[in-house]
Amino acid sequence: MAYTEEELKKELETKEYEYGFYTDIDSETFPVGLNEEVVRRISQKKQEPEWMTDWRLKAYAAWKDMKEPDWANVQYKKPDYQAISYYSAPKKKDQYKSLDEVDPELLKTFEKLGISIDEQKKLAGVAVDIVMDSVSVATTFKETLAEKGIIFCSISEAIQEYPELVQKYIGSVIPIQDNYFAALNSAVFSDGSFCYIPKGVRCPMELSTYFRINQAGTGQFERTLVIADESSYVSYLEGCTAPSRDENQLHAAVVELIALDHAEIKYSTVQNWFPGDKNGKGGVFNFVTKRGICHKSAKISWTQVETGSAITWKYPSCILKGDDSIGEFYSIALTNNFQQADTGTKMVHLGKNTKSTIISKGISAGKSQNSYRGLVQVHPRATHARNFSQCDSLLMGNQCGAHTFPYIEARNKTAQIEHEATTSKIGEDQIFYCNQRGIDPEKAIALVVNGFSKEVLSKLPMEFAVEAQKLLEISLEGSVG
Amino acid sequence: MEFKEKLLASHLALEERIELSDPVHQTRLESLRTFELKGFPSRKEEAWKYTSLNPLIREDYALFPKSESTIQLKKVKKYFLYEIDTYKVVFIDGVYSPFLSDTTHDGLDVCLMSAALSKPKYSHLINTYFNKTTDVNDSLTALNTSYAHEGAYVYIPKNTVAEKPIEIIHFSSGNEKALWLQPRNLVVVDQNAQVQILERHQSLKEHNVVTNSVTEIYAHKDAFVDYYKIQNDLNSASLIDNTYISQESNSTARVHTFSLGGELIRNNLNFYLKGTHCDTTLKGVTLLKDQQHVDHYTLVDHQFPNCESHQDYKGVFSDTSKGVFNGKIHVDKKAQKTNAFQQNNNILIDDKSTVNTKPQLEIYADDVKCSHGCTVGQLDEDALFYMQSRGIPKKEAKALMTYAFANNVLESVELPILKKRINKLIANKLGVNLGFDL
Repeated sequence: MAYTEEELKKELETKEYEYGFYTDIDSETFPVGLNEEVVRRISQKKQEPEWMTDWRLKAYAAWKDMKEPDWANVQYKKPDYQAISYYSAPKKKDQYKSLDEVDPELLKTFEKLGISIDEQKKLAGVAVDIVMDSVSVATTFKETLAEKGIIFCSISEAIQEYPELVQKYIGSVIPIQDNYFAALNSAVFSDGSFCYIPKGVRCPMELSTYFRINQAGTGQFERTLVIADESSYVSYLEGCTAPSRDENQLHAAVVELIALDHAEIKYSTVQNWFPGDKNGKGGVFNFVTKRGICHKSAKISWTQVETGSAITWKYPSCILKGDDSIGEFYSIALTNNFQQADTGTKMVHLGKNTKSTIISKGISAGKSQNSYRGLVQVHPRATHARNFSQCDSLLMGNQCGAHTFPYIEARNKTAQIEHEATTSKIGEDQIFYCNQRGIDPEKAIALVVNGFSKEVLSKLPMEFAVEAQKLLEISLEGSVG
Repeated sequence: MEFKEKLLASHLALEERIELSDPVHQTRLESLRTFELKGFPSRKEEAWKYTSLNPLIREDYALFPKSESTIQLKKVKKYFLYEIDTYKVVFIDGVYSPFLSDTTHDGLDVCLMSAALSKPKYSHLINTYFNKTTDVNDSLTALNTSYAHEGAYVYIPKNTVAEKPIEIIHFSSGNEKALWLQPRNLVVVDQNAQVQILERHQSLKEHNVVTNSVTEIYAHKDAFVDYYKIQNDLNSASLIDNTYISQESNSTARVHTFSLGGELIRNNLNFYLKGTHCDTTLKGVTLLKDQQHVDHYTLVDHQFPNCESHQDYKGVFSDTSKGVFNGKIHVDKKAQKTNAFQQNNNILIDDKSTVNTKPQLEIYADDVKCSHGCTVGQLDEDALFYMQSRGIPKKEAKALMTYAFANNVLESVELPILKKRINKLIANKLGVNLGFDL
């Protein structure tokens, strides 16, 4: 046998973060701290119109009076929000027209990540809007998209060029006072992506953004706004990897999706921020607010693969406002070492004949804690609402925990809600079976976990599914039960 | 004066009525301080998110009934399992009724808490068990403890089987306009002993009565405890029931809760599995109408390996009734080879009925089999149509299906006479004669 259990454990513990490195690019960074002046300066820096500045200030005022939530099943030292720099932008701010103009350092980073731009350009037909430390530096395939009337740009550009769209929809799904992290994000967000699909247009390619946290000591506050107009379709990918860093980094993103009548949005995430080392030191705090609203007959589908971050606090939700609308949530959350994840979804059924599906797979190894927390709410007007939820947990090793906190609130007699959850470990006989056939324990575990996650993995777009599978293999191999 | 203030102030009145030298008075005072600090739980607390006590505590309640009431047996006979012989501990407005009771000291103790507290021969047992398994930080339990002086006391010695079931019945006569009762029960089942207990709270007239009850149950090695709670009170009565069960290895504890009536019922049911190979069952049927509100808040705490727990709660909600279920299974790191199952199924009959359910799993051990399932739905239209097409009236068809839905829980009732009784009660609630017996 290639490994004994002990050796395997040891190797996993000492396994360094494979994507950890640091790119040296000159950045312009604000001094640490947050006050009204900083909010104003961020807004000024980005040459935003007055309404945007006011909106940010309102968010800041709301945030000041709010308390950091502590109901999640995670424990961590609360970050000092006055010790964070709220703005950092790569200095060379000129727009690049071709890859040659891009900083070679940057390109190298992407190569290490295995997402070299030209490869992506050629192969996958994916338009990549790369966000490096909060400012968009490269956008591809813009022209192809423009032909169809699709707008895909950074949110700061959108604020300049399509203020009427941004003003109408920003904060319409996640109001600025929604929660602590959303308010913080609204006040200080530096950049993010904006996407608008016009009426009746089916977006011909997967839209994708790669995020990277890159500047030591800067939090990243992304803001994403996706609007799918009537009868349109878009599939949006978001993937993140972050360099190793010792101190905890804060990531408080906000994603808003708006699916108008008969539109469909598919939003997929692969999250692999730095999870901290084997002693639980460092790692990213991932406090994300994601929510979508479905109008009549619209559909929003969230798919996520969460393997990174020291703390994950994330509940991609659907508000099923329109009649006959559909919400879906597919999630794999994998935690190892000292990682803690509290993730799940909210399905709010407001319209008639609304449907929602929740499939959540939690895998915990090492000393990690993995929680599913979800809400299914059926309002009195939502007749014939239907929900199916399934939450399965896989435990590896006896020092980790798996928890389920589903909230089900039904206020309509025609509602049909099903929820089921199971918790188990990888069977010794399964591993033995593989061993017997010459598959070493590590591979065997990968195999079992892959099977366990298949239901969700299959929901990911092709390009992502391959990467996600690889990610699972890298970060999961745990102990044999 | 707010009711909380009154509770704090009236403690002096309690002290006049009891022996201050009894072994638990210090505990009473400590608990009163806890309650003073915490007050009544509010909806801001996660555990009380869906149930508000505010409407209850706005009223002013008498804590001690002014006059002793007597009731004629024939008037209340129907509330007893009169068909069979049982031990009975009966209270009227919180005061022991020797006339209606049938206690014993012959081989086992079925008697009064007040007696156990005041007699020196029990002091060892009281010191060992009283308030030892409760959650001392729970404000309502603390409130009960601070006023604890009366209730049922049951002790089944080693290798003894209680031959007759024990009935613990609390009547409220309605002589007081508004009454706040706080019975305190203690049940100790020693090694390899067995007991069946039935608990019931019943008001005889429409009047405001709130019962904040605490029951502690200790199941020693190889013991068997079968406990039934019948909650079928008038719509003016409310009940906060706190039950704490401590189980040692190889013991079996089963609690069935039938919530069929009452204004507001909150069941805090806690199992602590403190040995290996424990078997735990908690089941419930909730059948509500009007504005009734029932909240089941359960905890099964698996602390040792190789234990098994089964949980099954069914709910049927009509009119504007509201059901809440919050079930928590906690599996400790040590508790490998645990099998824990939890199920909660609900049917909403009317548009304005509500159900909020939150089945939780918290698991820290890896070699376990845990699952929970939870559904909200309605009666199958096709099945109803099928029965109607065969000449069964809709109402009865509905009743049949509802009955079948709850039947899982009824099946495990081990007292045949009780099973029959509950069967009838459910049929009554559904307004039909089922035409068959179990």
